[in-house]
Amino acid sequence: MSTTVLPPKETSGPQASSFAEHSPLRRLLSWEGAITALLIFAVLVASFGVEGFADSFNLANAQLDIVEIAILSLTLTLLVVIGEIDLSIASNLGMCSALMGVLWNSGLSIETIIPITILVGALGGALNGFLVTVVGLPSLAVTIGTLALYRGMAYVLLGDKAVADFPVSYTTWPSKTIGDLPIPYPTILVVVLAIIVGIVLHATPVGRSLYAIGSNSEAARFAGIRVKRITFWLFVASGAFAGLAAIIYTLRFSSARADNANGLELTVVAAVLLGGVSIFGGRGTLPGVLVAVLLVGVLRNALILDDVSPETLMLVTGGLLIISVLAPNAVTWGRERWRLRRLAQKAASTS
Amino acid sequence: MSQRASTIAPGAGKPDTVAKQRSAAALLGRLARARELGLLVALFLLFGATALVNPKFIGVQSLKDILLNTAIVGLLAVGQTLVVVTRNIDLSVGSVLGLSAFVTGLLFADHDIPIAVAFVVGIVIGAVCGVINGVLVAVCRIPALVVTLGTMYLFRGADYWLAEGRQINAADMPSAFLKLGSGSIVGIPTLVLIALVLLGVAAWGMRNLRSGRELYAIGSNPDAARLAGIPVGRRLFVAFVLTGALSGLAGVLWAARFGTIDATAATGFELNVVAAVVVGGVAIFGGSGTVVGAALGALLLSTIGSALVVLKVEALWERAIDGALLLLAITLDRLLALRAERALRASASRGATTVPTDAPAPTAAAPATATTPAEGSAAHAPADAAAAPPGGDPAAPISNASKGSAR
Repeated sequence: MSTTVLPPKETSGPQASSFAEHSPLRRLLSWEGAITALLIFAVLVASFGVEGFADSFNLANAQLDIVEIAILSLTLTLLVVIGEIDLSIASNLGMCSALMGVLWNSGLSIETIIPITILVGALGGALNGFLVTVVGLPSLAVTIGTLALYRGMAYVLLGDKAVADFPVSYTTWPSKTIGDLPIPYPTILVVVLAIIVGIVLHATPVGRSLYAIGSNSEAARFAGIRVKRITFWLFVASGAFAGLAAIIYTLRFSSARADNANGLELTVVAAVLLGGVSIFGGRGTLPGVLVAVLLVGVLRNALILDDVSPETLMLVTGGLLIISVLAPNAVTWGRERWRLRRLAQKAASTS
Repeated sequence: MSQRASTIAPGAGKPDTVAKQRSAAALLGRLARARELGLLVALFLLFGATALVNPKFIGVQSLKDILLNTAIVGLLAVGQTLVVVTRNIDLSVGSVLGLSAFVTGLLFADHDIPIAVAFVVGIVIGAVCGVINGVLVAVCRIPALVVTLGTMYLFRGADYWLAEGRQINAADMPSAFLKLGSGSIVGIPTLVLIALVLLGVAAWGMRNLRSGRELYAIGSNPDAARLAGIPVGRRLFVAFVLTGALSGLAGVLWAARFGTIDATAATGFELNVVAAVVVGGVAIFGGSGTVVGAALGALLLSTIGSALVVLKVEALWERAIDGALLLLAITLDRLLALRAERALRASASRGATTVPTDAPAPTAAAPATATTPAEGSAAHAPADAAAAPPGGDPAAPISNASKGSAR
């Protein structure tokens, strides 16, 4: 009985409460608001404090640096929302990149290689999806396994060689910008994909069902949601996006190597969590993740321009990740304490 | 065990029911030992097959090399087991190892410290890293996956920041220290002896100490463990500190074994460790598995690495084979767990149909098996009810209830 009296805010965290109460101040206090403010602050500091940051050439480059992270984060967001994880994305990218090298060496044209690469990436995702949904294994264990397997396949395919003689017309494509604007073509691709994924997640029944699965997959199943089918296809999509990211990565550096994007999965996971997606599933928004990806990109670029070693960036990435999970916890804790104190005061005044 | 079951549920006195329960319980116990046995068989076959191609593979020197290669990853696998059994994970072990190894080398190069001090410093560094992880997981209640992903970056970043591109060479370290990494005592490499002693201590503790058993309880069901009065936070904290300290020690041993250290030492090593632990039969979602299994998993993976060289398979295949083996191991586990669950359910529903009032009997039998580590893994399997065959018989709800209480 008493549960019906409780306001919904209690069981939900800082993000969810911004949906419950739509006042602008509340929205600003949400995780997405906080991280957007942080991004604006970082951009302002970088453009005034770091020489060369606001340069349009640099801005275009900075975008290119996060294209793969952005693409991979789109599908990873969906997977984390349903309470799964895919750690094999960067290895899948490496495998697809190595495959591109092999296929190019065997004389295929780029136009044939591109669909094959995306297909192979999707197949890699399908294996993850099969093991998770049909065999019933935890996705963390499965994708740690395929992380090793796909990276291993990349080495088996290409060894420690590098294929670098891709046609110039294709390798210059990623760095071409639209007119004089500092917006390279891959950014357009990311924006289009982000809009599609964003609409699916936030404006369709399928998107709502993802949150249902993440909150309680058992209940979602009883509500008629095809949990396994959706999970499987999300893993396939994750693989296909890894294939797509592999194409951009390979062409951008004009180099197919087995160790391409080694360890990138952790940066993507960090960005998704920083964006406010709960690792337990059921909570988080795509705009939040995209802002987090931008924040990671800005910090990375500004620090490199400022002659901070790229390795020190690890300190920043790790610190940001921990703060990003600590901060909402602290906010919830503080709010809870405040609420309890207010309740105690009320009780004291009425008695 | 049968005694206990019959005292708790006197209605289960029918010999037929008891026998069936006992066989189900025995199946669970067998399952736990099956993994270690299976690993030994796999190792035996691997050694046999490789020795057929090149008999030198089972020569003294070759065996010594394999054991040496296993010692460090085995040590980390033991530490990782403590954490994974509680349904957590520590991805920062590779970074902790790297940090500890570099600081050890740095102290030797710049300050000429005695060897004992190096060990103390390494272990303390590891323990401090473990304290950071432990506080974030146990006090701040952040999921371990996220925490250790973050600290993996943090500790590695600290390592780079300290190193500033510097490399420590064997010449900077005392020869007695380096001898520790390559020398032997009575024919067994020193590193292996250290690892074996710690493995023995950990195996004994996990099996016999109250706190060791409580780690399994936490992993099987954290909420139930809390309700049962287990100090969950404190246990988790200690598990992370121990894992950190072991990683710190492994860092010192790494420095002794390889002599050359820079900030990249053991990058990505955490995945090898997790692979070894999972291949060794420790369930990634906690509650089941042994440190001995994890160590055997580490031995199997490093033996495969050595065997590939002998079999003249390109070393490039090693990673792919590691991954495939991990997937194979967890798939097998899952299938075995499903079988055990079906056996349990069959005996439970039979018990329920003969004497309906005996419904609690199967539940009494299930906790009686709690001393066998497999209990957790079998209890885990039904969590995904969708995978289980739809129970068409009327006894299905009762068997569900028994599953629920077994968890």
